[in-house]
Amino acid sequence: MKYLVKKLITLIITLLLVSCAAFIAFQVIPGDSVTLALGTDFTEEAAEQMREELGLNRSIPARFADWMAGAVRGDFGTSSQYKQPVSQLIADRLPVTIWLAVLSMLMITVISVPLGILAAKSSGGILDRMITLITQITMAIPPFFLGIILTLVCGILLSWFTPGKYVAPDKDFSAFLHYMIFPAMAVSIPKIAMVVKFLRGSVLRQLSLDYVRTARSKGNKESAVLVRHVLKNALIPVVTFLAMVTADVLAGSIIIEQVFNLPGLGRLLVVSISNRDFAVVQAIILYIAFVVVLINFLVDLLYRWLDPRVE
Amino acid sequence: MRKKVSILMSILVLVTVVLGGCSDGDNQTGKDTSNGSSQTQTQNAGGDETSTGDAVYGGSIVVGITQDLDSLDPHKAVAAGTKEVLYNIFEGLVKADKDGNLVPALAESYTISPDGSEYTFVLRDGVKFHNGDLVTAEDVIYSLKRCSGLLTPQEEGVVIESALSAISDIIKVDEKTVKVVMGEPSTELIGYFTCSIIPEDYKEQDTKPVGTGPFCFESYTPLTELVMTKNPDYYLEGKPYLDKVTFKISANTDAAFMELMAGTIDIFPYLTAEQASQLKDTYTIMEGSMNLVQALFLNNAEGPLADVRVRQALCYATDRQAVIDMVAGGRGHVIGSNMFPSFTQYYDAELETYYEYNTEKAKELLAEAGYADGFTFTITVPSNYQFHVETAQVLVEQYRQIGVEAKIQLIEWGSWLSDVYQGRNYEATVVGLDAELVPSDILKRYRSNASNNFLNYKNTEVDELFAKAFATVKDEEKETYYKEIQRLLTEDAASVYIQAPALLVAVNPNLGGYTFYPVYVQDMASVYYIGEAQVNE
Amino acid sequence: MRQKRNDFNYRVGKVIVCAVVLFVLIGCVYTPYDPNGMNGALKNAAPSLAHPFGTDNFGRDVLSRVMKGAGTTFFVGLCTVAIGGIIGTLLGAVTGYYGGLFDEILMRLNDGLTSFPSILLALVFVSILGPGKYNIILALGIIFIPSFARVVRSEYITQKQMDYVKNAKLMGASDFRIMFVHILPNTRPILLSSLTIGFNNAVLAEAGMSYLSLGVQPPDASLGRMLSEAQAYLFSAPWVALAPGILIVLTVLGFSMVNEDAG
Repeated sequence: MKYLVKKLITLIITLLLVSCAAFIAFQVIPGDSVTLALGTDFTEEAAEQMREELGLNRSIPARFADWMAGAVRGDFGTSSQYKQPVSQLIADRLPVTIWLAVLSMLMITVISVPLGILAAKSSGGILDRMITLITQITMAIPPFFLGIILTLVCGILLSWFTPGKYVAPDKDFSAFLHYMIFPAMAVSIPKIAMVVKFLRGSVLRQLSLDYVRTARSKGNKESAVLVRHVLKNALIPVVTFLAMVTADVLAGSIIIEQVFNLPGLGRLLVVSISNRDFAVVQAIILYIAFVVVLINFLVDLLYRWLDPRVE
Repeated sequence: MRKKVSILMSILVLVTVVLGGCSDGDNQTGKDTSNGSSQTQTQNAGGDETSTGDAVYGGSIVVGITQDLDSLDPHKAVAAGTKEVLYNIFEGLVKADKDGNLVPALAESYTISPDGSEYTFVLRDGVKFHNGDLVTAEDVIYSLKRCSGLLTPQEEGVVIESALSAISDIIKVDEKTVKVVMGEPSTELIGYFTCSIIPEDYKEQDTKPVGTGPFCFESYTPLTELVMTKNPDYYLEGKPYLDKVTFKISANTDAAFMELMAGTIDIFPYLTAEQASQLKDTYTIMEGSMNLVQALFLNNAEGPLADVRVRQALCYATDRQAVIDMVAGGRGHVIGSNMFPSFTQYYDAELETYYEYNTEKAKELLAEAGYADGFTFTITVPSNYQFHVETAQVLVEQYRQIGVEAKIQLIEWGSWLSDVYQGRNYEATVVGLDAELVPSDILKRYRSNASNNFLNYKNTEVDELFAKAFATVKDEEKETYYKEIQRLLTEDAASVYIQAPALLVAVNPNLGGYTFYPVYVQDMASVYYIGEAQVNE
Repeated sequence: MRQKRNDFNYRVGKVIVCAVVLFVLIGCVYTPYDPNGMNGALKNAAPSLAHPFGTDNFGRDVLSRVMKGAGTTFFVGLCTVAIGGIIGTLLGAVTGYYGGLFDEILMRLNDGLTSFPSILLALVFVSILGPGKYNIILALGIIFIPSFARVVRSEYITQKQMDYVKNAKLMGASDFRIMFVHILPNTRPILLSSLTIGFNNAVLAEAGMSYLSLGVQPPDASLGRMLSEAQAYLFSAPWVALAPGILIVLTVLGFSMVNEDAG
């Protein structure tokens, strides 16, 4: 319990720090959003008027207090680019990113667990070597390029999907899923490599432990040892590792969304950065921070639950 | 990257004049479309469908754009890329035709009093807004007041057309007639009456825009698409042809290109020359002009560039055709001053050859100016305009031939606006400037005290010529004065004028009627399927 | 069995790394053509004897540009790792050795930071600092500090219990001496491994940032930038992507194979 409270406090402090940093950082940037929004229409009066409308003419602490108060209520202000509430913009785009993450995590789990075990089982063998080599190569390809190659091969050459023909989930869900498979592949392939590598190491570590030798000496079959004893223990770290991969998957989707033209959070973030639409950028950062910190917190709990020895 | 879009670019053609009508342009994000008067040639895949073939009604198409819309309210939108789309939903009292003439639109006719103090518009009969209401004189007065800043209180976010602030009053003469009274008389202002007419006191323009154009707004999803459907009550007989047009927003030209390869986009207006050549078998490639002045703009008050001989040396050292070959596959029109060729009446073709590429001459001039060993300067380029960035890279190589070392500094569009355009804190920059359909618009930044004279160009002779041109109402005189100003700019080497970039558009070969305009719009009303209507959404 | 496999990986990795490093070093002093020299007559020319990897859209020799660009990429990677490594090691050493409140605060902060995806942090930094070679280095360098600090700290916590440290203390060695003369060399394997991973991450992050056009800016060439620029010519001139693509993969692959053994 004490542990839980300590973790919760850490969580809140981290979030506070992130939001503070996210806010302050965007106050010191040259080229403010007002100048940008007015463009070549810029005049001092127009800028002043716009700052007043946007509440940008008050002191930084006052604005921070306001912003935080709003953030707690889920109100992140208005986007200077879209003239829409930031929370609305994010809410509209969130499903795309969440689906991308869910599909990617699914692929990662389904593909990497068997592969990792296979690699460990045939450790040193040709299969192991092949799996390891392939995973290493896929980890070495920049994710955006992997996405482009997938578009090129699966989309243009093989016509398995039509690049750019993204369909919103509420319009035609199966068409949406069909399209999303390919960006999810682009996101998950490098992560699959990571998980395979990690799982393989984890299984091998367990295999070298005494209890395995004991189990073997008791006459258990090799595969039974693997499934009944080793896997249970080897998967504990993998589960937490997978949870951490989730944060990476979110990050990976930032780039992959550009490649596949998905209207998700990542594209909104990049577009907002180049438009200097900082209300949106701040909110997205805070949002991702929240998700990441929450996941870490849950991972901690999960880990303790799975393996009570952890202090 | 090309993406981006510039928001702001403001300038857009007829509407914004802005602090200066400046703005940049760019290529792939496209900017102005071309005009009919400049060369509009077609080279296409199979047959010249654009001019022949039977137009059929119905069908739907997808048009690719690379920048998101900044507002659906036509009076709040600033981005050129937004206005080109909204053009299909809204109309003004007048609009530009493909030859650059202003023709009546919502107004059936108009008269301008000889001294330019009164503009009288007679409204077309029976025109309806998309919500079914008739367009009344009140709506027109409301709209004009809204974009000229005469409404009190001023609505938040409305961009006031500064040229229209000359309006002192708008009077309803009768149900069909509206008279606009100018505080400062001018005969050049008709071009600004393209300002969109919207229903009076309609509150949802931001989310559900209502206009009178050939297409009705249907839906908009940020970062995804804007869908519009045929306006069955459109006043022009026979238009539009298509039932539905989807403007699809791509992350950037590369992503759009993939979609073109896959055939999901029917019309895409911002091709690079390279992409155009790859698509020539599957699409009809149409070439117009962007109606931009692309130049290496120089800060005439900064360092070595303050010396006219140095600026002239740079002009001689610039192989403009080579630049066009390198960055635009040879498509583009060499220019010699701050005017693009489609402005036929005011364009002086002689200036194109004023500075022939000659490195020897350039070196001599540099030596005369005391820079025999060359010098170093920085070219600041907005990073979102790949076209300008590439141009700058070619220039750097060319100037190396005369011992001048140019460095490229990329900055964001926002910083470009604040540092270069407003702050004038730079040595040289590559951008494209566009202009209104108003002759003085493109040149007036060169007045010594113009607020948008970011080049710090000063020449009292030019100032006097402007004063004369503004004073006269005779077209021939204006023409002479404006041409003289261009010549002075060239002689003073105010900047290194490079090209009027070509605009390359990919059009589905089953479509016809795509038209270039001298203003920055994508007119979908004239587009039709040939033979058989298809559905693409 | 296992040893042999890793040994094989290690040797292959070593060969790759040496080859890539050699390539980069040669690129620093010699390139077959001027990497920025344009040739309008040779735009997007296919590979030939004169240009083994073809030319790009400005008619520049791809091989020469890759040699130069790999240098930039390595420079970014090395500087990043240097910033992250040095500061991270210092912080990790101090917090791990002394512990206490300072440690507690810093580690909480660290927990927060390391859990963040690095590309996201880099994006935020670059949106604040602006794009460019040095800003990327700074952004990535700062981002890598926490992971180094964490690794080094846990190593110090283990090492400080060891007899040799206790002995040194008894001999009257100063804390500073114990931290950096006695303990530091013992963290070498784990530090080296973190450095390689950090370097690889920097190379990939640079590529990602270049794709979002927030990375190294022209006319500087970097592998990531060349690769993302080549995207526009994938159909008409795929060789422009080939050389930078292969080099990135080789670099990352080589280092991670070498690292496999160390870890």
